Amino acid sequence: MTPRDLFCTIAMLLGATTALAQEPLRVVTPFEIASLEPSRGGFNFTRMEVAETLVGADDEGRAVPGLSTAWTLSDDRLTWRFTLRARAKFHDDTPVTAEIVAQCLERARSQPGPLKDAPLTEIRAVAPDVVEIATSTPFMPLPAFLAESSSQILAPSSYDETGAVRRIIGSGPYRITSLEPPLRFEVERFEGWTGGAKPAIERAIYQAVGRKETRALMAESGQADLAFTLDPAGTDRLRRAAGVAVTTKSIPRVITLKLNAHLPAFADVRVRRAVSLALDREGIASAILRSPEAAATQFFPPTMVGWHVPGLAPLRHDPAEARRLLAEAGWAPDAQGQLVKDGKPLHATLRSYAVRPELPVVAAAIQAAERDIGIDLDIAMMNSSDIPAGHRDGTLEMGLIARNFSLVPDPIGTMLADFGPHGGDWGAMGWASPQLTETLQALQETDAAQTRAALRGRVSEILQTELPVIPVAWYELRVAASKRLDGVSIDPFELSYRISRMRWAD
Amino acid sequence: MGRLAAVLGQRLVQAVTVAVVVSLLSFALVQLLPGDQALLIAQRRYGDDRVTTAAAEAVRAELGLDRPLALQLAEWIGQTVSGDLGRSLLSGAPVWEEIRDQLGATLTLAGAALGLALLLGPVFGGLAGLRPGGLADRTGMAAAAAFRAVPSFVLGLVLMVGCTVLFGWLPVGDSSDGLSLLLPALTLGLGLAATSARIARDGVVATLRSPFFAFARLKGLSRTAAILRHVPRNAAVPLIAYLAVSFAFLIEGVVVVEQIFAWPGIGHALTHAIEGRDVPMIQATALTLSLFLVLLNALTDLALLLVDPRRRG
Repeated sequence: MTPRDLFCTIAMLLGATTALAQEPLRVVTPFEIASLEPSRGGFNFTRMEVAETLVGADDEGRAVPGLSTAWTLSDDRLTWRFTLRARAKFHDDTPVTAEIVAQCLERARSQPGPLKDAPLTEIRAVAPDVVEIATSTPFMPLPAFLAESSSQILAPSSYDETGAVRRIIGSGPYRITSLEPPLRFEVERFEGWTGGAKPAIERAIYQAVGRKETRALMAESGQADLAFTLDPAGTDRLRRAAGVAVTTKSIPRVITLKLNAHLPAFADVRVRRAVSLALDREGIASAILRSPEAAATQFFPPTMVGWHVPGLAPLRHDPAEARRLLAEAGWAPDAQGQLVKDGKPLHATLRSYAVRPELPVVAAAIQAAERDIGIDLDIAMMNSSDIPAGHRDGTLEMGLIARNFSLVPDPIGTMLADFGPHGGDWGAMGWASPQLTETLQALQETDAAQTRAALRGRVSEILQTELPVIPVAWYELRVAASKRLDGVSIDPFELSYRISRMRWAD
Repeated sequence: MGRLAAVLGQRLVQAVTVAVVVSLLSFALVQLLPGDQALLIAQRRYGDDRVTTAAAEAVRAELGLDRPLALQLAEWIGQTVSGDLGRSLLSGAPVWEEIRDQLGATLTLAGAALGLALLLGPVFGGLAGLRPGGLADRTGMAAAAAFRAVPSFVLGLVLMVGCTVLFGWLPVGDSSDGLSLLLPALTLGLGLAATSARIARDGVVATLRSPFFAFARLKGLSRTAAILRHVPRNAAVPLIAYLAVSFAFLIEGVVVVEQIFAWPGIGHALTHAIEGRDVPMIQATALTLSLFLVLLNALTDLALLLVDPRRRG
């Protein structure tokens, strides 16, 4: 063999190897791998389909099979039985058993997270492939609670001798090949997955990139195939870029104004309505969020099917009506145009936080709108934890927040936390409605579809009338995807990036 | 030899003093920061959406944050003296493991930036200094002023648009790819090179105007021979001192560049630790960085002793 022949042979082999090895799908998000603990950073691994939960959710929040393929509820509606997928195994080739699942769920229940607040009394394995969960009261949203990432099922080999998670050995269609917290991990297709058709994407890389500008530039340059959580300004540029498709999806997150109804002014529903009527939601949605459809006409966005009531009278922008309501409530303008009652000005401090970059700008727009009707607001940009802190010590007057109603795919859990009899850290403050409490309680316990729909509608109506928390805008998730990818879809509940459903177009 | 021992001894005493002062200061400063530590830790652990007062109370109980501060500090000092830096309150991982990985990434980035600065700054500065007021001098110094003036987050984004988006030359955000080191290193290194070029240029000009350079020419050495013999060594003294200080600033000041390029370094980690009031992480990082700076100063002293014979006397 001559040197030339040798060179040609090596070149051919290298070429063949390159052709055989499919390039990895690169997923870029702002979310760092802060911890391997399911209750803390576990969502990264369920979204990348490494770890599975017993149940999943479709685009309308309905429970769909996950690691459990079927479930039943006893006649007294207190005992659930979940049957595990046949031949399911972990990435270390050990079988997924009901015993292991029960242990994982017990562990999740002991940590802060949705399961901790659920009325569970017992979790146990009743057969090698059947897990039984008992509740103290009927609790219909249980499957949705089990879809949340802190309920993920990991193999016993994931834990060290102290019980801390040291590796992620899941049972999903992808398994981890390299883990480099806090920014990166790589996965490859798990050939032993029995949950469905073999995914077309063989390898993927997860990369946390904190700066939104960097994520957008990575998508534009083709260094990210899927870039999540882009800002409106960045997507305008990306829409003009060749090779990138930008998708926007309404998700169950709402920008809301949380009011302290312990304060005499906000205890009056007329003042709360006036605050709402002063808001030019369409202006905020168009100019700041770059999406007129994001203007909140009611509490829940259309993506929350059942909770969003199409026939509900929409929230309006009507400063004249706002002034009339304030006058009716006894607030009269002084010489400077500031509203005063009993010698006290209508003034509040609006707390917000800059982790979500649009909030400071929306806060400024709200300040201007409220000033127009005589309400004086100061803005205090703080840490997001200052909202629950202010709720606890009573110092919060007004808070501008972006509340996520899809912590579990059924928002009932979040609603109970936010609008219970004593309010909630991120929900009502100094306001309670026995009617709403009863409706939420009934929703928890009933499984009749028609009744549930009526109850959800009732919840929306009460919130629309009473406005303990004022919706401003609905959130949209912006994702840039390479046009070389087929089958891209966005999960509005952000449970999964759905890479197992995608394939390379070429 | 005596001078060398004195330098090392001095730095050792400095190291111990710095360790004690930094530990106490970082602990005290974290306690003085506004906000409820338990709430902030809960926010970092569970995310904005899940931070509640109940989660904060669970964190407070788990970590014993309601214990007297003096007791918490004493425990940390006791652990540290026994070689255990504790565990991160946020991730639960051993602090030393996190610092080791992150410091390694930052040192790699800072080293690459310094290497680029050394490659560019002294060369262009030296060339500019050989003909003060000439075209190379004026152009070079104008470029140096421009690179020095541009903030690193602007320079980083401009480089990314140019080198990644428009031409597709260099990758970003993939710390496993060696090439992805280049853009953040360039972002840091260009600013550093600009100042070191200026210092090198002034050093060269000062040497060329010095009596010993004139004497070297008078005794018959050609200009080139005199430059090669006298200029590099004399111009290097201020440059070494500057680069040592700059390296220290690089390690402490890479936060912005690490954020822009998603580089998993210590600046990035320290920011998160401060936001989440991760006291063991903050204390251990501050301690490691300050001891590293003492080590850097010691190495600078040694380098200067080696280069400048006047210091050995």
